[in-house]
Amino acid sequence: MKIRAQIGMVLNLDKCIGCHTCSVTCKNVWTSREGMQYAWFNNVETKPGIGYPKEWESQDKWNGGWVRDAKGRLKPRIGGRWRVLANIFANPDLPSIDDYYEPWDYDYQHMQAAPDLPTMPTARPRSVISGKRMQKIEWGPNWEEILGTEFSSRSRDYNFEGVQKEIYGQFEHTFLMYLPRLCEHCLNPACVAACPSGAIYKREEDGIVLIDQDKCRGWRMCVSGCPYKKVYYNWKSGKSEKCTFCYPRIEVGQPTVCSESCVGRIRYLGVMLYDADCIAEVASVANEQDLYEAQLSMFLDPHNPAVVAEARRAGIPEDWLVAARASPVYKMAMQWKVAFPLHPEYRTLPMVWYCPPLSPIQAAAEAGKIGTNGEIPDIGALRIPVRYLANLLTAGEEQPVVLALERMLAMRAFMRARHVDGEERPTILERVGLTVETVEDMYRYMAIANYEDRFVIPTNKREYAQSLYDGYSERGGCGFSFGSGCDYTGQSSADVFGGKANSRRKFFPIRVEKASDRLDSKEPEHTPWRR
Amino acid sequence: MDHFINQFVFGVYPYVAGTVFIFGSLLRFERGQYTWRAMSSQMLTPRSATFQRASVAFHVGILLLFFGHLVGLLTPSWIYESLGLTAAAKQMAAMLAGGLFGFLCLYGITYLLWRRLFVPAVRANSAAMDTFIISLICLQLMTGLGTIVESTGHLDGHTMQLLAHWAQHIVTFRSGAHEFIQDVSWSYKTHILLGMVMFTAFPFSRLVHVWSWPWAYARRHYQIVRQH
Repeated sequence: MKIRAQIGMVLNLDKCIGCHTCSVTCKNVWTSREGMQYAWFNNVETKPGIGYPKEWESQDKWNGGWVRDAKGRLKPRIGGRWRVLANIFANPDLPSIDDYYEPWDYDYQHMQAAPDLPTMPTARPRSVISGKRMQKIEWGPNWEEILGTEFSSRSRDYNFEGVQKEIYGQFEHTFLMYLPRLCEHCLNPACVAACPSGAIYKREEDGIVLIDQDKCRGWRMCVSGCPYKKVYYNWKSGKSEKCTFCYPRIEVGQPTVCSESCVGRIRYLGVMLYDADCIAEVASVANEQDLYEAQLSMFLDPHNPAVVAEARRAGIPEDWLVAARASPVYKMAMQWKVAFPLHPEYRTLPMVWYCPPLSPIQAAAEAGKIGTNGEIPDIGALRIPVRYLANLLTAGEEQPVVLALERMLAMRAFMRARHVDGEERPTILERVGLTVETVEDMYRYMAIANYEDRFVIPTNKREYAQSLYDGYSERGGCGFSFGSGCDYTGQSSADVFGGKANSRRKFFPIRVEKASDRLDSKEPEHTPWRR
Repeated sequence: MDHFINQFVFGVYPYVAGTVFIFGSLLRFERGQYTWRAMSSQMLTPRSATFQRASVAFHVGILLLFFGHLVGLLTPSWIYESLGLTAAAKQMAAMLAGGLFGFLCLYGITYLLWRRLFVPAVRANSAAMDTFIISLICLQLMTGLGTIVESTGHLDGHTMQLLAHWAQHIVTFRSGAHEFIQDVSWSYKTHILLGMVMFTAFPFSRLVHVWSWPWAYARRHYQIVRQH
């Protein structure tokens, strides 16, 4: 047994309101640079939808994740080592910018500098890649927001597998849910496996998967290898970048930016202990539907004295073991079984888990009566088809998702009875296998969701840092910079080794004189209405 | 004067180019490794089979050409003569292989150069060095194909041997290398000069990714965990 610790995340989709605060705060911190405008380390998708990049879930199209061969061994779906090397001159599985969206900005300058015109001046879009006018914006980072676009396009959603989907195109039967997505910091990451340079690695102490920006050579195989399409190629620096799980914050015990800023308080961070020796065995179980249970079997109980003793032997610090016992992730995933991995069938053993969302009772809208199953509503009557959620979270295995939804409904019913009706109804809990204490705990964590309960993050150890770099030599240095040498402005000047200097809006012409001097000569001439 | 220029360009400059090539690469790797990358622009344009074909053709072509030159120029004549290969036959083999790989590479680079110059997204994100280096390779390829035409005029392999002697003298630090090619046609000289310019520009361009062929990947474990 080889015990390792990992900081995992759970997102309680039942409470996600789709406000994109996580995405925007993340963007402001990490990806607001030239070359990364199109990249969202965290994005929120409206489901059903094909998502970002387009149809990322369809591995028939993108070949992300792992496949199990006839002998039961795993290899990346993009191909084994020689296949990857053979594709190095032109990667056949690389999404192009159109599969994400062409990032743009607006001609805000024009609002201030426009001459007298017969109509109001407008700020028109320009591509931030080519600098050219974009006549019509066809796709964006969140084009399907709240069921945007026609159903025939959205219904290409991979999670409709095995669902009679036509009915959900009708207004009366439509449903939606939000899916915030970030890097899964997998236990068996396919991006690491696909990297020809060996630049991507998983940190032993907290499981965060990072790209060494110095070692990355820009072969872009990680972009293809990752089934979640959460590695992005920075076309400016020529390196790939990905979610860092805000490791500088995690190291000092702070939650990631997306978690900290979540207004719905849906995100949880906590330590999970797992047995690293079973990664290969668990990731290659024959049946995809067994992957969720198999992954659960890897996690170790931090309350078990044998596990604690072994963890101490493995060098896991004491405060990490304390944190593991208080981990909200462990409670939700292991004890209450209300959280699930996203698409376990990719065999990457993801570590960002999701509580499935409850949804309105469909039958109630139809006939004014609610189908109940004893005291809680029938899961089959929920607006979001269970099979859809199961395709998303358990490779199509419905039973675990049904139990989780029932437990969440039971918690609601029990607490409503207690607070609204002033009654204790423990019978509600019996059928779903909960006790009163457990449901009170669930209520505390999932409904109240205090900051201290959501984020239980032990700090990183000074000793780790010392072996990585010596603080004295770093003192007075400039930390990470673009190019060689210190860069205080955020805009590197081109150095002797080439590359194009960073620029901001280099392409927006500042209009000074008459309308006839306009850069874009195809535009119609306007006669100023006032001379 | 002509002699001096010839000596400078083919006797001295090769060492300047070689020094810049080696030490420039080392310095860049040591001081600015963040700038060491292939700098692909593949994702900036829609997915296309033409790009796939052209990029593979270019890379395969140019690698074969490079190793062809390496072996062809640096193999001492007694080795292939002892294998029963005459100079004339070797020249013919070089012309055929060079022509074949040259056209493969030309097919690729024509598309890639067009793309770099005329596709707005790629054009806007090309540094001056990117455009320079692809133009230089294109020009070099055409002068190289030009020498094949030139070579059809003298199939005895003598000129080829002069060029090989020049190269072997240069890499073994023997004096008088430039005298071997004093009298060869200007088309060979242009091709050699451009080649050395390419070596000089190498560390300052994206070409450094050639050093980074990830051979170690074929043998490593799939997973990498960094320990503190």
